[in-house]
Amino acid sequence: MALSLDEVRRIAQLARLRLGPEEERQFAEQLSAILDHVAELSTLDVTGVEPMTHALAAGDAVPLREDAVLPSLAPDVALGNAPAREGTCFKVPRIIE
Amino acid sequence: MSAGSEGLTSLGIREMGERLAARSVTSRELVDAALARIDATDGRVGAFLRVVPERARERAAEADARLARGERRSPLDGVPIAVKDIFLTKGVETTCASRILEGFVPPFDATVIERLEAAGAVLLGKLNMDEFAMGSSNENSAFKPCRNPHDLTRTPGGSSGGSAAAVAARQVPASLGTDTGGSIRLPASFCGVVGLKPTYGRVSRYGVIAFASSLDQVGPVARSVEDAAVLLSTIAGHDPRDMTSSTRPVDDYLAGLEQGAKGLRIGVPREWFQGGVDAGVERLVRDALARYEKQGAKLVEVSLPHTRYGIGAYYLIATAEASSNLARYDGVRFGLSARDVRGLKEMYSETRERGFGPEPKRRIMLGTYALSAGYYDAYYLRAQKVRTLIRRDFDRAFESVDVVAGPVAPSCAFKLGERTADPIQMYLADIFTITCNLAALPGMSVPCGLHAESRLPVGLQLVGRPFDEATLLRAARALEREIGPGPAPAALAQSAGGGA
Repeated sequence: MALSLDEVRRIAQLARLRLGPEEERQFAEQLSAILDHVAELSTLDVTGVEPMTHALAAGDAVPLREDAVLPSLAPDVALGNAPAREGTCFKVPRIIE
Repeated sequence: MSAGSEGLTSLGIREMGERLAARSVTSRELVDAALARIDATDGRVGAFLRVVPERARERAAEADARLARGERRSPLDGVPIAVKDIFLTKGVETTCASRILEGFVPPFDATVIERLEAAGAVLLGKLNMDEFAMGSSNENSAFKPCRNPHDLTRTPGGSSGGSAAAVAARQVPASLGTDTGGSIRLPASFCGVVGLKPTYGRVSRYGVIAFASSLDQVGPVARSVEDAAVLLSTIAGHDPRDMTSSTRPVDDYLAGLEQGAKGLRIGVPREWFQGGVDAGVERLVRDALARYEKQGAKLVEVSLPHTRYGIGAYYLIATAEASSNLARYDGVRFGLSARDVRGLKEMYSETRERGFGPEPKRRIMLGTYALSAGYYDAYYLRAQKVRTLIRRDFDRAFESVDVVAGPVAPSCAFKLGERTADPIQMYLADIFTITCNLAALPGMSVPCGLHAESRLPVGLQLVGRPFDEATLLRAARALEREIGPGPAPAALAQSAGGGA
């Protein structure tokens, strides 16, 4: 199936990627080819087949830990990689444009 | 570099450990020998993104002090190792081979790093990989390519290319990688070393940069099966910080290692010998199977009829999960951040445009599409149902066999640049490894000889029942006993240490 340039732009917008015109063209072509390849999944009859929604082994329960207060990163450590900060907050550009 | 220290770099974990325990060598000497070997060879190989000599020498001194006091922590105490740059290492830059994480210094360690260091292992540095573990050749690293130590014009495989190349090049005795669709087993096969992807849930993923969370698993790369078993024993087990890590007790992986193949029922899936397997690869795999039979194993033909659908299911599920996991790289909290922008939304899209390479973008696009309104049922949900069918194939096979065996990949290591233009050709390198991840099973690559024409290493793939890594290791060891470990890299033989 062929993805149009408009569809590529719509997906890029959903994914918060700003693609250049050359990338848009290339992705339209490559993603169409990949979708053609995965189309063979639609030849399988999956009626009544349960989706495998997680990869835990059968019978393996997810253990819930105690709801206890544990030490966590100090604010200065947690903010150590912040591109910009103000006090104990991450600073970002204007939200309302 | 003296011949003596060059000899040290070809030792495995066990031999290093024995000499350390006997105090005939110090951790400092092992670390210095490894650093010299990296210096002499890595300009050509490109396995390391970062070497941390001062940190390593400090830790080596601590290990030496412990050993002098007779307080040996484990077989790994004082042994140099390196890890894929996907593991968070406190205080050591961690990039996942992406520009978007350049300069990121994690504030905490991954659980597997904590466990290795608690055992006394000495971290030498961070290893090259495909960006965000997306790739089969290591060519998607944003920083530099990694080359196959057996032939520097070829790829080491990916995505854990550096993990396999560093071990094959005798830079370190062992390393850690991750495997989401074959990313440990493929490079292990291409580089002639042992690689193991444990059962999903056997090893904690805490502090491992996420690609596809229902498929990612951490595992060892080493030059011997025993060393892989030692590393797995160190990193396996429940971690309260990873809710998908299993609470099942960890087997003793060394106890049954020498039992041999006698009595094993080995399944040979007919679908793994179709679809363009190179004749020389097939010959070596068949030869390995014949050796098992001679040792008293029983070969049973089995069928995994949904094998060919693995790639399709994988590239929908893995990309969908990746599109969600990679949403966190937005320029707010860490990593690259475009600030020459008009507002927040532009900061997101500019940061991501500049920071991600082509393969992560391609996969984010595909995953976003597969999850988007109107397409979810047709793509993502259907792929999850096919995943169930793939898992059932294996369940059925394991009713009559103990392990399944076949090729790791259809070919030996391919040339750098050979497949970069066609994503689908690249994806097909994973056709035999991907179903193991989808079914959440343990899988392994063990060297099974050199290709008759190319003289490149080839790996045999073994896949086992959930949490039955012990049987995989036993079967791999039975082959290793006959064939021996993978070959030393001929391409690096000349001028090693000559300052070339």
